[in-house]
Amino acid sequence: MTIAEPITLTRKDFQSDQTVRWCPGCGDYAILAQMQKTLPELGIPKERIVFISGIGCSSRFPYYMDTYGIHSIHGRAPTLATGLKVVNPELSVWVITGDGDGLSIGGNHLIHACRRNVDINIVLFNNRIYGLTKGQYSPTSPQGIRTKSSPMGSLETPLNPISVALAAEATFIARTVDVIQSHMGDMFRRAAAHKGVSFVEVFQNCVIFNDGAWEPYSNRKVRDDNNLYLEPGQPMIFGKKRDKGLVLGARGLEVVELGEKYDEKDLVVHDPTNVELAFLLSRLDYPMPLGVILEVQKRTYEDGLWGQVAQAKEQKGEGDLRTLYYNADTWTVG
Amino acid sequence: MTEKRPVSVRELESVVIRFAGDSGDGMQLTGNQFTNTAAIVGNDISTLPDYPAEIRAPAGTLAGVSGFQVQLAETDIWTPGDAPDVLIAMNPAALKASLGDLGQGASIIVNTDAFTPANLAKAGYETNPLEDGSLNAFHVYEVPITSMNRAAVKDVKGLSPKEVDRSQNFFALGLVYWIYDRPLENTIRWIKKKFAKRPEVVEANIKALQAGYFFGDTTEAFQVRYRIKSASLPAGTYRKVSGNEAIAMGLVTAAKKANKPLFYGSYPITPASDILHALSPLRNFEVLTVQAEDEIAAMGATIGAAFGGALAVTGTSGPGIALKSEAMNLAVMLELPMVIIDVQRGGPSTGLPTKVEQADLLQVMFGRNGESPIAVVAPATPSECFDFAIEAFRLAIRAMTPVVLLSDGYLANSSEPWQIPDPDEIPPLHIEHPRTTNNEDHFLPYKRDPETLGRPWALPGTPGLEHRIGGLEKSPEYGNVSYAPRDHQQMVNERAAKVARLADVIPEQTVFGPESGKLLIVGWGSTYGAIHAAVSQARAKGQTVAHAHIRYLNPFPKNLGDILNRYEKVLVPELNMGQLSLLLRARYLREIIPLNKVQGQPFKVAEISTMIDRILAGDIS
Ligand code: SF4
Repeated sequence: MTIAEPITLTRKDFQSDQTVRWCPGCGDYAILAQMQKTLPELGIPKERIVFISGIGCSSRFPYYMDTYGIHSIHGRAPTLATGLKVVNPELSVWVITGDGDGLSIGGNHLIHACRRNVDINIVLFNNRIYGLTKGQYSPTSPQGIRTKSSPMGSLETPLNPISVALAAEATFIARTVDVIQSHMGDMFRRAAAHKGVSFVEVFQNCVIFNDGAWEPYSNRKVRDDNNLYLEPGQPMIFGKKRDKGLVLGARGLEVVELGEKYDEKDLVVHDPTNVELAFLLSRLDYPMPLGVILEVQKRTYEDGLWGQVAQAKEQKGEGDLRTLYYNADTWTVG
Repeated sequence: MTEKRPVSVRELESVVIRFAGDSGDGMQLTGNQFTNTAAIVGNDISTLPDYPAEIRAPAGTLAGVSGFQVQLAETDIWTPGDAPDVLIAMNPAALKASLGDLGQGASIIVNTDAFTPANLAKAGYETNPLEDGSLNAFHVYEVPITSMNRAAVKDVKGLSPKEVDRSQNFFALGLVYWIYDRPLENTIRWIKKKFAKRPEVVEANIKALQAGYFFGDTTEAFQVRYRIKSASLPAGTYRKVSGNEAIAMGLVTAAKKANKPLFYGSYPITPASDILHALSPLRNFEVLTVQAEDEIAAMGATIGAAFGGALAVTGTSGPGIALKSEAMNLAVMLELPMVIIDVQRGGPSTGLPTKVEQADLLQVMFGRNGESPIAVVAPATPSECFDFAIEAFRLAIRAMTPVVLLSDGYLANSSEPWQIPDPDEIPPLHIEHPRTTNNEDHFLPYKRDPETLGRPWALPGTPGLEHRIGGLEKSPEYGNVSYAPRDHQQMVNERAAKVARLADVIPEQTVFGPESGKLLIVGWGSTYGAIHAAVSQARAKGQTVAHAHIRYLNPFPKNLGDILNRYEKVLVPELNMGQLSLLLRARYLREIIPLNKVQGQPFKVAEISTMIDRILAGDIS
């Protein structure tokens, strides 16, 4: 992206005049605030930023951003984002989705947007519940959850969004938590900087229908004992006292106590370019990996497409209608 | 070669030929080659490919029969012909499938080698029709095509026995070329190009073609050759075009004329995929084709591309429209211009994927939740598909709305001569994207143009015009979410009014035939040829019949109601169970006589002529 002059924007520049209508205490507020705080730091003129969402509580997001935006239909935001980015690669395109929107009704589009590697940023607000429709279980709800539509407990195995993104060949995959603000801002920044599809899962609390679903990873009192903050090139250490770590054992990543038997040198060092390691991390829930799990570089879809345009123009010349019409057996009358 | 024997040459005004064989026999290719050559030597042509949905249906069975019918004429022709004068039947199933369609005293060339007991059984013949007298009403030419072809190519090295037999369609083609006095050069050139990588296949196919031709020349069986004089088409340069090809070229032209990239988002579906195939190689025209993961994604990506300012199109068939409906409705609500192509096929559900039907009219008109008016246009001929691809965009841009272009499986695949236009004479498509705000403090994305009622097409990337649009109902002008009773009413009214106002810029309905009188036939889409031919014949007989073919189905041309009222009776033939009839009755409170057919085949001229006779005789009212 070429930037003519330095831009100085503030959080206020990104706030639209619409009243925010999420329930008081909803995790979405924190995500919105962090996005509005982070965007000015990216140096992208705001007219080049577009937010596209589907349906669900999270999908009201574009209305609150004073950028370009589309509040589309359930699950389809990645498709609109693909079409938009393809025709104007200069834009910074963000997809805002949720666990129902992105992994249930829109699951197909999500995986295909990932594998195409369109340079868009997908932020999935995972609250493990259907909020807007008032509290049915979602594709990320834990098995056995009792909701209005599963009074005797849900029978379904939940999807793991990070594993899905990995299987779908996403080139940037990260996870963060709504209340860990600076970490979330960092993930948005890095997602924006990544050329190619970026997938960011945000643990988001739905205070009304699934309060506390992410308590172990969000509550200040306990979260540092449960969260693994990944840093490229750093050993995988966690715990409030930084006294635990991960080693590569026979069954994958295993938790060990640092001290007598293990020290830092024994621990696995995070390498976000290692897909196998990313798969192992995606299956972990203790500790819960947060941060950039995978980042690899691949040609983006739109670069490939416009590359073909350039190549075709070079080989065949700029498209000429007369040549096109006459590209068949012709005959002349009269 | 033996000595030249005397053969008489008879001149014909027109002839209808059908090539029929197994779907693996290359009948489409054979028919296309014959048509190309006929067109190049100046005949008017109209073709009807008819092939099974299965890629390789069981060989030798009725289900696997693939046919290609072409009419050549020196005069204007409008259809591929009701009844073939000549049938080339490569096996018993092909004979059986076509027999009922043949004209009186038609000629049949059969490949006798394929009339084995096994093949006869597969086709359901209890006795051999070549021997049991059941073909006595026809002129049957028994030609052992397979064995003669094997002999002709036996010296070609490097061919498997299968490949040897695969060239036998060229033998048949060569024979037909001889009968109709058509040159081989064009096909020889094509063979050399097409199989350039396999010189042995080139050699075999050319040998087969020539052997077929020489066989006609030397055998005593064929006493007459036929010649169809060149048609008197208007002066100009022509090529053959099918509806799908014409749509692809029209879309590219629209984009060029708008100075924009063309975005085509599509999921493969019969019979629309050929549009995707035609567009995909045109990257040097800035054609951005995206093969989406499903129909919904194709529609969504098209909306995104329209928001981004491209000329955005999606193409599909009826089942795809069903899947796209929700996103089409979003496009209606967002008020973005785009074209949605529906190449209709037989339905419901998966239906008859390769066969023609016009039964999606009501689906595209009404198949969405809420009040969701959409503009609909329908070209009548393959070459009109070119014009309407451009026209659809003109309307879409004016009203900032999606426009549906209804084609069908017959238009898509049948070909006719197309007078190649001068691209410089096609007017540009004017598009204005606002650069500055239309209001002091806030850009108003839904502030309408007072004349067109279209809203501004403001593109992301334009400073100061940041705005949000969405599928929720909105306040007029501001476009903010609003469920206020009056806002909803107003927005519904405005979305309807801007589509209705397209009637201000579409041409008035024209009528072929008398301005008023006993009978008007109203059609739309690909039934044009059959209706036009029937009406022409009726008028030649002195009957007072007129024909109005509607290209603009929503909104209708302004004068349509007036036209309908000038005739005593109105007949509406459609390849559905009465969808246009329903719309006309509802809109104009006019009695309609429907003529409906859903057999996966176009109308025959005779079916319409019979109806004309009966109505004029007072049999039907
Ligand atoms: S229902 Fe839940 S997710 Fe939706 S706005 Fe309320 S708290 Fe947030």
